Amino acid sequence: MSDAVATSQSILVVGGGISGITAALEAAECGKQVVLVEKNPSIGGRVSQLYKYFPKLCYPSCGLEINLRRIRANRNLRLMTQTELVGLSGTPGDYTATLRIAPRYVNDNCTGCGACAEAVQAEFDDEYNYGMKKRKGAYLPFNMAYPPRYVLDPRILGTEDAERAKAACKYGAIDLDMQERTVDLHVGAVIWATGWRPYDAARIQPYGYDRFANVITSVEFERMMDPFGPTGGKLLRPSDGKPAKDVAFIQCAGSRDRNHLKHCSRICCMASLKQSTYLREQFGDEGRATIYYIDIRAIDRLEDFYARVKADENVRFVKSKVASITEDKQTGNVILNGVDTEGYHRYSNPHDLCVLAIGMEPSVDRSAFPVEVAVDQNGFIEAAPENGAIFAAGCSSDALDVNRSVQSATAAALRAIQVVNRVAGVEG
Amino acid sequence: MSDLNTAMVEKYRNSFLKEVEANVEEGEWVKMCMQCGVCSGSCPLGPYWEHPPQEIFMMIRAGERDEVLKSTSMWMCTSCYNCIVRCPRELPITHIMHGLAHYAERLGIAPRQNPTRKFALMFWDNLSKTGRVNEPVLGVGLYFMNGIKEGIRTALRMAPVGLGMLRTKRFNPFAFLFHRGCKGKKDIHKIIRKARELELAKAAKFGG
Ligand SMILES: Cc1cc2nc3c(=O)[nH]c(=O)nc-3n(C[C@H](O)[C@H](O)[C@H](O)COP(=O)(O)OP(=O)(O)OC[C@H]3O[C@@H](n4cnc5c(N)ncnc54)[C@H](O)[C@@H]3O)c2cc1C
Ligand code: SF4
Ligand code: SF4
Repeated sequence: MSDAVATSQSILVVGGGISGITAALEAAECGKQVVLVEKNPSIGGRVSQLYKYFPKLCYPSCGLEINLRRIRANRNLRLMTQTELVGLSGTPGDYTATLRIAPRYVNDNCTGCGACAEAVQAEFDDEYNYGMKKRKGAYLPFNMAYPPRYVLDPRILGTEDAERAKAACKYGAIDLDMQERTVDLHVGAVIWATGWRPYDAARIQPYGYDRFANVITSVEFERMMDPFGPTGGKLLRPSDGKPAKDVAFIQCAGSRDRNHLKHCSRICCMASLKQSTYLREQFGDEGRATIYYIDIRAIDRLEDFYARVKADENVRFVKSKVASITEDKQTGNVILNGVDTEGYHRYSNPHDLCVLAIGMEPSVDRSAFPVEVAVDQNGFIEAAPENGAIFAAGCSSDALDVNRSVQSATAAALRAIQVVNRVAGVEG
Repeated sequence: MSDLNTAMVEKYRNSFLKEVEANVEEGEWVKMCMQCGVCSGSCPLGPYWEHPPQEIFMMIRAGERDEVLKSTSMWMCTSCYNCIVRCPRELPITHIMHGLAHYAERLGIAPRQNPTRKFALMFWDNLSKTGRVNEPVLGVGLYFMNGIKEGIRTALRMAPVGLGMLRTKRFNPFAFLFHRGCKGKKDIHKIIRKARELELAKAAKFGG
């Protein structure tokens, strides 16, 4: 395959989360040629794994829906999933990008009927649900996955399952001979939107994420609220499946800590405030949240949301960074130990479940970038002149909420457009 | 009140934090504390502290000079380093606690009857004399720290341990009388004198 569509006036967007989608659409709707590459089989990124958005408590699926409609309507935007950027060379306005496309083993004929998934027996950890659930070896990543096409897990290749899938498909959509491909694209500017990943909770040793079943992360808690998620939309604690009515949230889990991530992850205060409303939503007056915090960082209009949550008497705030967690073997309860800052009272509080408001780190390690890019001390890409026409958007540039990610994506699109316009001016 | 204490009160008047920064080992870290509370919750002796480390740091900033320096709190630190390992700001809490205790002692306002203080003094006197600890003298001194009666009781209780150590040559009873100390005894004394000088010079430089 050659670079049929792309030219030095094209823009390459790496990462199809909300930031990448936004940047790609903004540029494409300005009439620029855009190639959007996503390493997963579907675009959407981390917001597709959220139940609701703060501060309006609306559903992310709604915004995603609108964006998908925009993508479908736009002829300037080309989407490539299961694709990674493996090499980049050249100068601003004149880059050659090398893309590696992993085989999906399912072609355009797929109607999304799901017959292949039914036929396949092997199951694997479901990445979309952070491994809290299994999925089949032939699967749709999630209900709103785009493109809405099934995928074969490469691990079933060469097994009977692969043949079963092929036999089950009435539309001839399963193609077991698909191969990995590498293509070169000529582009003028690159928007980097590879987003974030949750910090590895097991490394915060005193909290025992790796030892106690009822210590989970905020991203896992979010999955529990999904009606199609691992618990069918119920807040159940992992140890015994009992409803988790009394939930503790530990703020700055891995953030603002020189032993872990130095930066403030910015969104986790708001995420816990939001998640405390899930308890009332599910259990009414019986739902109880306790938020252990150093200070609550809800700025600008988000402060109103904080005030509203604070007004709920079932949400308690304890000003203290929890020192350690222990487990009550008999009840399975987690016990949070520490000293509070308002009076220096020592506490050992039992809760049904503990949610670690986990920090955000860049999803791509500095060493894993295909080109040298200037990053800050926390690994986020800087807006530095030496990065040429590589512009970061969203959480690859900083720990941001969706609102700010989208702003940053629009800014990145504009910078990229400026570069390709310059090229156009020269080329005439 | 010692002269030094009066002088320091005069010099730093309203800024106990400045005084701590100038005179206490690692004292310049105190302002970095963000009051998260992890140190206090992590201390194995935490429940016995009058004021846990987090509170001590706040009290320093609030200028509660007497309450801090006369407190028994920092004498509770056993140097387990749990707090240092967990502090999100990497404050050398253990060192600051010892620094505070030491400073209070220099000023002559540390709690006199505090057992940790008494033992620390005993240890220092013993060590600084010859550059090497005289173990039998220190050990027996510890037993009798709280009077003859308790001393005899403790000594009897510990006798089997002492005999065991004697048998395995871990204990030299002759050291009671002939403690040799280390070779460069005079140099050690010089070093200690110099360290004192530096400490005072540092304090003088800060106050301004
Ligand atoms: C518990 C929790 C709750 C939250 N709740 C809210 C909320 O209610 N409201 C709100 O505004 N914000 C919320 N956020 C923040 C929100 O998740 C982020 O702002 C948002 O995900 C940022 O989007 P992004 O596109 O920058 O990154 P991502 O969502 O991480 O998207 C990055 C995309 O890039 C892809 N990618 C990664 N590496 C590569 C590569 N090498 N090549 C190609 N593609 C790649 C990924 O697969 C992914 O699709 C929450 C965060 C957490 C942790
Ligand atoms: S947003 Fe809140 S919980 Fe997250 S790191 Fe910042 S202060 Fe801590
Ligand atoms: S752990 Fe560190 S930052 Fe937290 S209260 Fe103690 S000294 Fe201050």
